[in-house]
Amino acid sequence: MKKRVYINSVGSVSAQKTFENDAFLTEITTHNDTTMSVINPNYKDYIPPAAARRMAKGIKMSTVSSKTALEEAGLDNVDAIIVGTGLGCIGDSEKFISAIIDNKEQFLTPTRFIQSSHNTVSGQIALGIGCKGYNYTYVNGATSFESCLIDAMIQLQLEEAQNVLVGGVDELVAHHVDTHRLIDHIKKTPVESTQLLASKTEGCVMAEGAQFFVLSNEKQASTYGELLAVGTYNSLEKAQLTGTVSKFLAENQLSVDAIDLVILGYNGDVTFDSYYDLLANELFSNTAQAYSKHLSGEYDTASSFAFWLASKVMRTNSLPEVVHLNKVAVPTPKTILLYNQYRGEYHSLVLLRQC
Amino acid sequence: MGKGIAITGMGVISAIGNNVEENYESLISKKIGISKITHIDTVHKNDIMVGEISTTNEALEAQLGLSPNSWSRTSLLAVIAAKEAVNHAGITDLNAFKTGLISGTTVGGMDKSEQYFYEYFENNKAWHHINGLHAGDSTKKIAIALGLESSFTTTISTACSSAANAIMLGARMIKSGQLDRVIVGGADCLSKFTINGFKTLMILSDTYNTPFDDHRKGLNLGESAAYLVLESDEVVAKENKKVLAYVKGYGNANDAFHQTASSDNGDGAVLAMEQALKVAGLSPKAVDYVNAHGTATPNNDLSEGRAMNRVFDGRVPDFSSTKAFTGHTLATAGAIEAVYAVLALQNNVIFPNLNFKTPMQEFDLLPETELKQKELNVVLSNSFGFGGNCTALIFSKEA
Amino acid sequence: MTDLKLELKEKIIEQLNLEDVSVAEIGDKDPLFGEGLGLDSIDALELIVMLDKDYGIKLADPKEGKQIFESVETMAAYITSKKTE
Repeated sequence: MKKRVYINSVGSVSAQKTFENDAFLTEITTHNDTTMSVINPNYKDYIPPAAARRMAKGIKMSTVSSKTALEEAGLDNVDAIIVGTGLGCIGDSEKFISAIIDNKEQFLTPTRFIQSSHNTVSGQIALGIGCKGYNYTYVNGATSFESCLIDAMIQLQLEEAQNVLVGGVDELVAHHVDTHRLIDHIKKTPVESTQLLASKTEGCVMAEGAQFFVLSNEKQASTYGELLAVGTYNSLEKAQLTGTVSKFLAENQLSVDAIDLVILGYNGDVTFDSYYDLLANELFSNTAQAYSKHLSGEYDTASSFAFWLASKVMRTNSLPEVVHLNKVAVPTPKTILLYNQYRGEYHSLVLLRQC
Repeated sequence: MGKGIAITGMGVISAIGNNVEENYESLISKKIGISKITHIDTVHKNDIMVGEISTTNEALEAQLGLSPNSWSRTSLLAVIAAKEAVNHAGITDLNAFKTGLISGTTVGGMDKSEQYFYEYFENNKAWHHINGLHAGDSTKKIAIALGLESSFTTTISTACSSAANAIMLGARMIKSGQLDRVIVGGADCLSKFTINGFKTLMILSDTYNTPFDDHRKGLNLGESAAYLVLESDEVVAKENKKVLAYVKGYGNANDAFHQTASSDNGDGAVLAMEQALKVAGLSPKAVDYVNAHGTATPNNDLSEGRAMNRVFDGRVPDFSSTKAFTGHTLATAGAIEAVYAVLALQNNVIFPNLNFKTPMQEFDLLPETELKQKELNVVLSNSFGFGGNCTALIFSKEA
Repeated sequence: MTDLKLELKEKIIEQLNLEDVSVAEIGDKDPLFGEGLGLDSIDALELIVMLDKDYGIKLADPKEGKQIFESVETMAAYITSKKTE
């Protein structure tokens, strides 16, 4: 008998004020740009200066989120740490490259190189809490975070671990934004976040953030909900999408009607939002729908913000007005489905249930 | 219970050969792949040695039917090795079973990113490389090249244990029933980024690397790609597959000691090896050969040596590091050495630890320095990376 | 020599991002590593680059740094001795 998997705590640093767990999107920050930076907590409240002096922003955001999650779960340590990140601490990577070029490979120092290793966040969290357990980092575009979930679920279901810290983190960095704007992956003109889906322009609003969660096979007072299933697909034709979703639900003994809320990864890119339209207008046209990237912005691990949102919805039994996508009311958000993709690739489905 | 994880195909490209057969020939004839660097114009070219694949990007692209400067070298190497593995496994329809792809990389498309870092803003000639900086990009290219669709694919980046961890995840996903078949491995090319990065850590040797030698001066960076096809018992039975060897055990642990260095006593390495033995259900005595991480840095070899002494209680089995042949190929190390472990099992042979002369002062461990014929049933392979990441894999002849 | 020591303290603070440390807090003889300022092996590598970049002194072996970087005083003495060589 496989063990169940629970979300026992959350932690978030995002483009909204989410770093304190007692509030749930009560104070919304409207962005009007082509990028969104996080609302920074006071990092000094979480990280001693001696430890902070070499930390890249990604590590700082992750330290705050992971500390918040560990604290809420009442844990000092975990059995495994699994982090997803599209690009790791890309800010330091880019500084190291520019230093190589500008200084003609002379007088380079190691710190930025070390932080450039994609697993620097998972490694530093382990170092910080003294966790000698399993330590993985997934770097697979928009399914980096979902890869963590799949890995953690195997460990928890098979009782290889009892508590696993999973997270998604990405930084917003100038060179990366500038290059990706050249190829129309990022919008060229600002869009107000409330109007994200009406922009009708190419590209996304690029952002950053760090969401961490303690997943466990033991339910406790702090539990937000249950993680039922995760599926990722490297490619999906539009014609395959609804069939794939139906099959995924069927594999979990669920029908479309059993879904109380679907959270879609709409990011305002006129070319690729049509994937979400297929589910919104067809399969889930009678289901309550929500979205989150007008609040979080887009980044490789932005789906971890949707996962955070879903967790909060399950815990508080409420869906904030600001994330509503349609007018269908949600009596109780018992079963929630998340669907995300990026530029027609890296598709993921995540199924959650209140408990 | 006790599902066997069968290895049914392998592919590799490294400084000592462009396929599995060439690699094996080099290993048994002591042909090393360490040289001065030729493909990258770096100011350090006279003070470092590398394990460079002699084939140029253009030749690799021609082999894959691509036009010049299409992809990062990492992707080129990756696709060549992955194709060899899939062909070797005799797979005709990749989507016939629930198939996944798990690849490890550290630099990904950094070779192109560093080349066009400023030029991107001057002209659009290299804009197709912009997305190559994403570590998952090489994995995506492998999936497309192999025709893998609507499937589980992911990329692992845990520094120098990346591909070892890809193998471990692949084995776990077959064992847990999530996949029937999975292509696992990794790819990393040489880049100015890693050359200069390791240079700042002052752990690059200016001559041939000498694993486990008292006078070792550091590592030689290398480049390679290596992939293995793992299949479940059911697929093996259904397809009547020839099994090359089995993934018997695996363990990953964190040293939680330092961002880059290993702890003095190799705590993480000990935990990883012990867990791998536990998963395999084997006692340390069952291990016939250890393919060590053995990077030839002062820190690694001391820490790993001590860890082996702890795990094997002072009776360390025959061991060697093959990095004197290939250089340290970073993310790929675990996969290329997995291929070598399987070759060792198939041929009952231990590959020599080249360039070893003087035993280390701290312990009396002596690596095998000559090619040794010996009946092998169980091989343990270590891979350790930055961030304290330690992985041990166990390969066996029998399930 | 005193000027050099002050200069070194400023550079150490800047190079190693020791935001919360002031020049006055670093004594000439205070150990830089371990118990003293709490620097580690990565900082040592940063200091080796500083010696090269700012004083033209190259260390081939990071182990040499152990004695040189014991304190600001030993660093200053080493730099002075190299300059007069």
